[in-house]
Amino acid sequence: MKDTIRSTNEVTGDEAAPVPEELPAAQRTIALLRLKGRLGDFIAQMTAAGALIVVFIFLSFASPDFLTTNNLINIIEQNAVTAVIALGMTFVIITAGIDLSVGSTAAMTGVLGVELIAHGWNWPLALLAAIIAGGVVGLGNGLLISVARLNPFIATLGMMTVVRGLTDVATNAVVVEGPSDVLGPDNFGVIGLGQVAGIPVALIILVVLSVLAYLLLSHTRLGRYTYAIGSNQEAARLSGIPVKRYLLAVYVILGLLTGLAGMIAVSRLGIGEPNFGIGLELDVIAATVIGGASLFGGQGTILGTLLGVFLIGLIRDGSVLLDVNLFTQNVIIGIVIWLAVLWDQFRRRRISSLAS
Amino acid sequence: MAIAQHTPLVQLVNISKQFPGVLAVDNVSLDIFPGEVHVVAGENGAGKSTLMKLLSQVERPTSGRVLLNGQEVAFVNPQHAQRLGISMVYQEFALAPHLTVAQNITLGRESTRLGILDKRAEVEQARRLLQRVGLQIDPRRIVSTLSVAEQQLVEIAKALDVDAKLVIMDEPTATLTDSEIVHLFSVIRGLTAQGIGVFYISHRLDEIFQIADRVTVMRDGKVVATLPRNELDQQKLIRLMVGRDIKHLYPKPEPKIGPVLLRVEGITRRGILHQCSFEVHAGEILGFAGLIGSGRTELARAVFGADPIDAGRVWLDGKRLSIKSPVSAIAAGIGYLTEDRKRDGLAMTLDIAQNITLTNLPTVASWIDMGKEERIALRARNRLKIRTPSVHRKVSVLSGGNQQKVIVARWLETQARVLFFDEPSRGIDVNAKSELFEIIGNLASEGRAIVLISSYLPELMNMCDRLIVLHEGRITGELQRSEFTEERIMSLATGASEGDML
Repeated sequence: MKDTIRSTNEVTGDEAAPVPEELPAAQRTIALLRLKGRLGDFIAQMTAAGALIVVFIFLSFASPDFLTTNNLINIIEQNAVTAVIALGMTFVIITAGIDLSVGSTAAMTGVLGVELIAHGWNWPLALLAAIIAGGVVGLGNGLLISVARLNPFIATLGMMTVVRGLTDVATNAVVVEGPSDVLGPDNFGVIGLGQVAGIPVALIILVVLSVLAYLLLSHTRLGRYTYAIGSNQEAARLSGIPVKRYLLAVYVILGLLTGLAGMIAVSRLGIGEPNFGIGLELDVIAATVIGGASLFGGQGTILGTLLGVFLIGLIRDGSVLLDVNLFTQNVIIGIVIWLAVLWDQFRRRRISSLAS
Repeated sequence: MAIAQHTPLVQLVNISKQFPGVLAVDNVSLDIFPGEVHVVAGENGAGKSTLMKLLSQVERPTSGRVLLNGQEVAFVNPQHAQRLGISMVYQEFALAPHLTVAQNITLGRESTRLGILDKRAEVEQARRLLQRVGLQIDPRRIVSTLSVAEQQLVEIAKALDVDAKLVIMDEPTATLTDSEIVHLFSVIRGLTAQGIGVFYISHRLDEIFQIADRVTVMRDGKVVATLPRNELDQQKLIRLMVGRDIKHLYPKPEPKIGPVLLRVEGITRRGILHQCSFEVHAGEILGFAGLIGSGRTELARAVFGADPIDAGRVWLDGKRLSIKSPVSAIAAGIGYLTEDRKRDGLAMTLDIAQNITLTNLPTVASWIDMGKEERIALRARNRLKIRTPSVHRKVSVLSGGNQQKVIVARWLETQARVLFFDEPSRGIDVNAKSELFEIIGNLASEGRAIVLISSYLPELMNMCDRLIVLHEGRITGELQRSEFTEERIMSLATGASEGDML
């Protein structure tokens, strides 16, 4: 007994005093541990990417209509709205927040944009107004959460209902139409359905916004504080970070993107639909979670979120091609969410046991 | 040491802090000189931490002034204090676990170029600051992969901005091993050699005598005395801290040790516990000693069925138990009072009576017997001296000591014969502590088997009949009461074999 104690002590004795001395063993593991720390995000992305590739290959064989330019463009255009909102949702979720109001807000901003165009505004101005309106909703959410200290779930649940209600009040829950020459595919419709040199405009918008979101999240103070607040809000506060201001900013960013997304939807549909986006918030949240964001905050990436969006998008598209009905699609997506989070928990436990 | 200098680095003048219902800091005046280690000592709740938060501008003083080099300082926020050169290392780790070391160290004062973070500069700055605390790690490592001691040093590095003048450390050694403490002290001496003043909050006597130049003792929000170290001895310091003689701090009745009640053999949890075996007798208080993370709590939780085990057997009264969950442990007569009563122990939104009857609800045909619940609660209140006018107040309004008694009352209702107390004295004041230990002693005298887990050696040495010591998930030794010395316990707890010590 005594011998075994001694021998383990010799092994572990180093670790009891890890700090001051140069420790070759510790030095050797540094690279590995550093990798482990980052491994989380990396694996989440790889998993989503792997799943995406598997589904892609499967559908390429399963349906002759899948691997066609038309269909691929269609997938991008159909998921542009979700993707644009999901970029902003990534910020919110990294702060350990959530926003349930994005579906309602997208409907509201779309209806507003169409109304303004119908009143003779030219569409760039209407678009700008819609984006700002989305930002105002985001500001409302941010104030409720950071100043009134409501729980984000509750604050945005209320906002979801209020905004939907206001939209219905304004429109009587009836579709809003505008001048078809302005909203048509040759004019405003270009945003959602048009192409430049064979590249869908929606894709260009999405790529530009994604790059901006990535830079913002990974290379600016705002992004750094987004992670810091979600990782340990008290630490952020004690480090002198104006937490409230940054929380506000994050919800406003999501609001602005949601406003834009509402207008992208209008551009595709050609009308303002007050019932647009019911349940959209759940798709958006699901996409960010599949992409590796943690609802407890501190974790998530733009790339992961995009992979999540298009994984869901591929499943939906493939289901249509393979004649799987809508209800079954939802069952599949739900199961994918479970699997993504289960896998996430599994690898997290693995990593923490490896690290100790 | 620089007491000879005329201008103090920082002066607190008649400073007070009123929280709703409690005057946490009561008209305190205090100063510190450049290069001095000024220890602020006192029991839990004496107001030490609050006082320091007033200085680091985390809390706004209700009244009073702070002077830096003789100039009055305006209250703004912690960042402002840090810009003035006053920074604080917090008791609970105030690091963002998902961020890297460098990102944490520069948090709140990142350097940017055209709004873009300068990541190279941030790593460089972190490296320089890490060097000052003697920590050789890659600044790009994620904080959650660091050991506790490393995180502590990262916090200190974070506090050392370019021109830190005063660093406040709030019980920095609470979770460190001996050798880590030695290193920390050498870091502190390195800082004072550069003329930095260090306010050091502690209630550990040995530490205070090792590191202090001057000591201020606080009690009930007031300064009791400020003295140079050489005018203090242990007895005097204790008297100042506690305000009375501590002879009765650990009231232990004469033990009446009976037959073995609980026998545990070969408990193993992969990577956490290795082949742990022990026995506890009826009427005995067995202590679990060891450092934080040595597996004391994990062993208790394993016996209680709170965590799954890979191997091991448990007998109660000679009968083999199959414990798969706390439910079966409780049914068998084993109780476990958690380390963190706020998180795992109490239902804060329920009242005192409801908390007491939580694990053993008095029912009549599945209806709760309210009258009986009240009688049980009143009986417990009288027996354990729970200080409350009514048993229907929310348990959250009770003091720490009284909350602890509510949990004890709950376990007494379950007729538990073996009780594990995990850090029962944490966060409760001296009087409540001595009452609690009296209760624990009585529970043993009534023939129960008690296991006491504590990080505070005097507590274990005074209360226990026998100790087992854990180190890295293994039982490294067992000591009878007559063999208790701090040195022997610590050498077992740090994994040094006893031979090495002699």
